Amino acid sequence: MLSLRKRPGFAAALVALTWLGAGIARADVTLLNVSYDPTRELYEAYDALFAKHWQETKGEAVTIHQSHGGSGKQARAVIDGLEADVVTLALSGDVQQLADKANLIPRGWQDRLPNRSCPYTSTIVFLVRKGNPKGIKDWADLTRPGVAVITPNPKTSGGARWNYLAAWGYALRENGGSEEKAREFVRSVYANAPVLDTGARGATTTFVERGLGDVLITWENEAFLAETLGKGELEIVVPSISILAEPPVALVDAVARKHGTTELATAYLEYLYAPEAQELIAENHYRPSDPNVAAKYASKFPRIELLQIDRDFGGWREAQAKHFVDGGIFDQISVSK
Amino acid sequence: MTRAGSAAARRRSILPGFGITLGVTVTYLSVLVLIPLAALFFKTATLSWAEFLAAVAGPRALASYRLSFGAALAAAAVNAVFGLVVAWVLVRYEFPGRRFVDALVDLPFALPTAVAGITLTSVLAKNGWLGRWLEPHGVFIAYTPLGVVVALVFIGLPFVVRTLQPVLQDLERELEEAAATLGASRLQTFRRVLLPALRPALVTGFALAFARGVGEYGSVVFISGNMPMKTEIAPLLIVTKLEQWDYAGATAIAVVLLVASFALLLAINALQRWSRVEPAA
Amino acid sequence: MGEATAISTPVSADATRRGVSESAPVRWALTAVALLFLALFLALPLVAVFSHALADGLGVYWAAITEPDALSAVRLTVLVAAISVPLNTAFGVAAAWAIAKFDFPGKSTLVTLIDLPFAVSPVVSGLIFVLLFGAQGLLGPWLQAHDVKIIFAVPGIVLATSFITFPFVARELIPLMEEQGVEEEEAALSLGASGWQTFRRVTLPNIRYGILFGVVLLNARAMGEFGAVSVVSGHIRGVTNTMPLHVEILYNEYQGAAAFSVASLLALLAIATLAAKSALEWRIGRTGGAR
Repeated sequence: MLSLRKRPGFAAALVALTWLGAGIARADVTLLNVSYDPTRELYEAYDALFAKHWQETKGEAVTIHQSHGGSGKQARAVIDGLEADVVTLALSGDVQQLADKANLIPRGWQDRLPNRSCPYTSTIVFLVRKGNPKGIKDWADLTRPGVAVITPNPKTSGGARWNYLAAWGYALRENGGSEEKAREFVRSVYANAPVLDTGARGATTTFVERGLGDVLITWENEAFLAETLGKGELEIVVPSISILAEPPVALVDAVARKHGTTELATAYLEYLYAPEAQELIAENHYRPSDPNVAAKYASKFPRIELLQIDRDFGGWREAQAKHFVDGGIFDQISVSK
Repeated sequence: MTRAGSAAARRRSILPGFGITLGVTVTYLSVLVLIPLAALFFKTATLSWAEFLAAVAGPRALASYRLSFGAALAAAAVNAVFGLVVAWVLVRYEFPGRRFVDALVDLPFALPTAVAGITLTSVLAKNGWLGRWLEPHGVFIAYTPLGVVVALVFIGLPFVVRTLQPVLQDLERELEEAAATLGASRLQTFRRVLLPALRPALVTGFALAFARGVGEYGSVVFISGNMPMKTEIAPLLIVTKLEQWDYAGATAIAVVLLVASFALLLAINALQRWSRVEPAA
Repeated sequence: MGEATAISTPVSADATRRGVSESAPVRWALTAVALLFLALFLALPLVAVFSHALADGLGVYWAAITEPDALSAVRLTVLVAAISVPLNTAFGVAAAWAIAKFDFPGKSTLVTLIDLPFAVSPVVSGLIFVLLFGAQGLLGPWLQAHDVKIIFAVPGIVLATSFITFPFVARELIPLMEEQGVEEEEAALSLGASGWQTFRRVTLPNIRYGILFGVVLLNARAMGEFGAVSVVSGHIRGVTNTMPLHVEILYNEYQGAAAFSVASLLALLAIATLAAKSALEWRIGRTGGAR
């Protein structure tokens, strides 16, 4: 007769299995947001805000799971089967891949939400050590010998590609549009980079935690965050020109349909544009798209001359094909170092 | 009973269970190991020869092989030398805490590679415990190939020591005494009597540490700089290509690594058979 | 790997005089070199883990290891080990029985094939399962059609981990059982025992410590695997992150102390593994592998 009392080992195994199983079973409604690297803190806060909102308006408890990593890497994961209900990536080119390579979203995805599906934008700035000992003022200083530049790998990181294009754009402008000079300029910047992390957050960790490098090229939001956490040891330097970084958000139709979460996921993305969410966004150092909230926080975000991906670089399709694919300009300058 | 006697007994064995155990073994092996590995070759087959060569022999790939194989070689060599000293000391000498030190040698086997990776990096980085002493002297370990070597020395340490220890224990002291009686100095005895006897085990340990080091990822990826052409290990290049949807490229490099490691594995097995067949010193 | 280390005879001044050992200064020097090398490469990292973990105080330490995502990671790690350890152990015993107790053509090839996962880089181990079960992989379309999730879900992690730890128990048992030969089993059979009875009452007690030894190593590796799991996991916090992956996440989020806190749990596991391994080696050495 199977008596649990007489078989303590068996009873213990049952308890253990139940505990293990509890971890696997998911009773309430869930959503998976696959995001890029630096947005960890933003979405931790936003997910709580949205869950509260959903509970209040629909009376339903929702659990939102997050995955973070380099934008290119995350896009690949979703194409490979990572079942994201929504993606919040670093650039529209990566989201476009979901449409092009795996038919997960419709072609016209970017116009479904306001501001070309960008509830927040950012830009690229520099982070330096307190007192700016190397005197970094602008892009040209990054090519000086003896200056160690920290920037992530454009092949995996979205932020890295914004960094690269901002540098390229600066060089083009300074050299009257000469691509040769721009190529040489970007090559010198990367020649000064001792390490290439896979994501923007990895690069920040390298600069802040491991104390490597003299200047970090990064997202503005990341620089603000690092500055607050850096305990006064870091300063932000705003270059003369930068790029308007537009990280879009998108519903992954195929997955949401399969999970039955289309309504929830759409609400999740639309709520990002609500005033309270926009305030949260600004507090987390992202430039809000809502003009009222932006006006309120105008003093926080410096005014910089901004290049734009579509106007100045022909859009992501062209930029990706020219610079970042295998054998593109980034590969060429890496090899020639 | 001698090995030959055992073998003979096995051949005419009446033991049951052969069919089922062999069946289970082969099935499980095929499903878990062979078929997934075959997927690797299937994928590579979709490449043309030109594409395969471009992926496998491109400058970035070559640089990564140089680093992975080179660092693994250097680390295995360091382990061969120091591993011999450690094994010698552990087997021949007595000192307080010897049992504890002996157990500690297996730490690289037991500790997760990621933990080893972040720990070594924080210790050797500019503001780390060791890094801050070394850096003013111009010795940079973290984010350089030297850092990769250090991580691989950690990983490969037990291989040499554990391969040498049983052989050292089994060495017959009479040979050393005979050499001493004949007037050999201790160093001569070591070079001409002991070292040849230890050589098969030393080479085997070296090869094991080398093989392990070539494919190592977790402990290296934190301390290496991941700069293409300079500090990018081959496994990381595979991951990078994977993240760029270049499956075929990633697979091609994986095949190269696999073939190299498999060749090493065969060599190691042959070495071990050779050292077992040789009469004990 | 896995060889028992018995205590050897200590060296004396008499041995030096007889010329079978080094002079005392040489002995001291060698010992110092060995201990310094080990202190630098082994002891220092181990101490560093715990030191960094407690750098921000016990409060942070406790919070880090009881936080929900950390607990999920622990749960997943234990689950994966709970599946791959028994599977690979059962396989190891079956393989060792077939190989050690019988002769057949292709035996040495089989042994080499069993060793294969040792030769594969962890990243490649993960890659092959993505190639097989990923959405763009060989079986991808079929899996999607039947809504079976392997990659970026727990089954994928279990598969990758099982692949990596596949040979551990087999490798321990094969030489052990070969050394033990077939006489005892044959004697039992001739006395009328059935196959199962022979296995349970004759073989199993003989190999019991070998099995435990292999299991201890297998478990340590299964719980600590990083590279392979990193490729197949989706890094979904609280769902598909094992402890090593969680450590990486914390490390990348300015939470150094928290990362090392979770890492310290793994380090404690490592120490327990070493202790268990030592105890078992002593047992095996003492009894020559037999009961």
